[in-house]
Amino acid sequence: MRVTSYLGGRLLGAIPMLFLMSLVVFAIVYLIPGDPVDAMLGQDAERSAREALRRELGLDQPLWRQYVGWLGRVAQGDLGRSIRAQQPVRDLIVEKLPATLLLTTSAALIALLIAFPAGIIAAVKRNTIVDLLAMVGALLGVSIPSFWSGIMLIMVFALTLGWLPAMGYVRPTTDPMAALRYLILPALTLGSVMAGSVTRQVRAQLLQELGRDYVRTARSKGLREFGVVVRHAVRNSLIPAVTVLGVQFSVLLGGAVITEQIFAWPGVGQLAVNAIVNRDYPVLQGVILTIALLVTLVNLAVDALYVVLDPRLRLS
Amino acid sequence: MSSSTPASASPERRPAPEPPRHRALGRLKRSRLALIGLAIVGLTALVGLLAPLVVTADPVAMDFGALLEGPSRAHPLGTDQFGRDVLARLVWGARLSVTIGAVAVALALVVGVPIGALSGYAGGAIDNVLMRCMDALLAFPALLLALGLVAIMGPGSTSTTLAIGVVYTPGVARLTRGVVLAERPQEYVQAAHALGQRDRWVLLRHIMPNCVSALVVQASVNFANAMVIEAGLSFLGIGTPPPTASWGLMLNEARAFMSSALHVAIVPGVAISLAVLGWNLLGDGLRDALDPRLTE
Repeated sequence: MRVTSYLGGRLLGAIPMLFLMSLVVFAIVYLIPGDPVDAMLGQDAERSAREALRRELGLDQPLWRQYVGWLGRVAQGDLGRSIRAQQPVRDLIVEKLPATLLLTTSAALIALLIAFPAGIIAAVKRNTIVDLLAMVGALLGVSIPSFWSGIMLIMVFALTLGWLPAMGYVRPTTDPMAALRYLILPALTLGSVMAGSVTRQVRAQLLQELGRDYVRTARSKGLREFGVVVRHAVRNSLIPAVTVLGVQFSVLLGGAVITEQIFAWPGVGQLAVNAIVNRDYPVLQGVILTIALLVTLVNLAVDALYVVLDPRLRLS
Repeated sequence: MSSSTPASASPERRPAPEPPRHRALGRLKRSRLALIGLAIVGLTALVGLLAPLVVTADPVAMDFGALLEGPSRAHPLGTDQFGRDVLARLVWGARLSVTIGAVAVALALVVGVPIGALSGYAGGAIDNVLMRCMDALLAFPALLLALGLVAIMGPGSTSTTLAIGVVYTPGVARLTRGVVLAERPQEYVQAAHALGQRDRWVLLRHIMPNCVSALVVQASVNFANAMVIEAGLSFLGIGTPPPTASWGLMLNEARAFMSSALHVAIVPGVAISLAVLGWNLLGDGLRDALDPRLTE
């Protein structure tokens, strides 16, 4: 009962936030100084084209009505039309989103596969050379921006060693092996920052757990250290680690914009950058709204997962 | 993460009680990593500040007789594809990066702290409305929000700075609100009220000083992230416009030439990574030294 009401509360709480988020996204077009039509089409566009765009964007109506109209269309999945591609924005996003999701989930997977073992070993071997190496590695991961690590990875693994392709994308459904080869460098680039920050969090969290009384009890009753760490301490330190996943997902989606640009990865990030360069504001709005919605959904899912993982929320 | 020495944590070896601020300074001084961070941060800031004195070469002057040259006496870090001096661009890039970082972080503090303080102290509907607005901004990935804001204002250093400032405002507001909420029910606050002190005075004089530690830590982390976003936007071609020297722009331009002239891609990359590393190290050190939860 408590769980459902907790999650229900979270869902209800998301509604005003979604409303405010929609205002921010709406503002992207309507806050442009001067005439948005000038900004999008250029000042010397044909009069008829300008009038058509003005009508399409509803700029001849009062602001509140423009917003209500826009929100109504968005709620029905109509994100408007791309000015450059002359295509519905929704189609463009549906076409590009799978590549972005493939990149971000692979990056998250790589990050977790690196971060959990590294963080656990660093905490267990605290103040040894292993710990130092893991922490230096994590700090470098956090500090080296993806636009440099990506370039260096291309330099080493594509241009010098020739092991992997420098850039591009192959659909996993077309050729899974080739797709994997194209995926490795971008996913590693995007995942390295998350790997660094999660390693640090896991280590800090586990160190805190290892100092608790129940760990001392487990040790004093003769459990082997491996059992103490893995069965007791790691399990408890997982709970706070899960809560950062929502934040990390948001960071990954933001970082994907840059990673996609480095590796010519045809995702929504690239779509957004091109939209800015081309002043194709409906596309930019659509991408930002889609990503913000995704982040909100993931955060809600993380809340639900938190309830599953932490029995205190279920039983109290 | 925590670089506090075990000695400072064991009760029997702790020295005689000192004022908390001195203890924090002492811990910061003992943390070698934090000092390295401070040195890097200080050096970047100094180089940026004194850019015209550090290098004499013009960062935007082209020399088509010296394209993509390696290091030489005339150009210690070589030249780029337009024959511009890489060292000069690096130094002026530091100036840009540090300036944008500092102004953006200051902006986030100037706007975020009052919002957070008001929210936490007033509570009720004001708190609800303000925090929902902050949450709505936090729901956007930082880089994407900055991207959208720059799209509104048009590319350039000023809009980049403003955008980054807006991006970090909600975090600052949330943090401030958290501390204010925690301090408000404390006895010293009630005592101040009982003495008839006004709300504004209580908030400014008694509660706000407790936010300083948390805000200092947050500001140093924000500074690191602000530098990354500034370079990232320039790298994407929507931040600082050419030919201004910006580390992100240098990296973007270097991509086309990296197989023939690696130095143009390595120099700005090392610079930005080192600068960010410096702020992160300093942030870690400050957290260990100032965060009251880690003192015990």
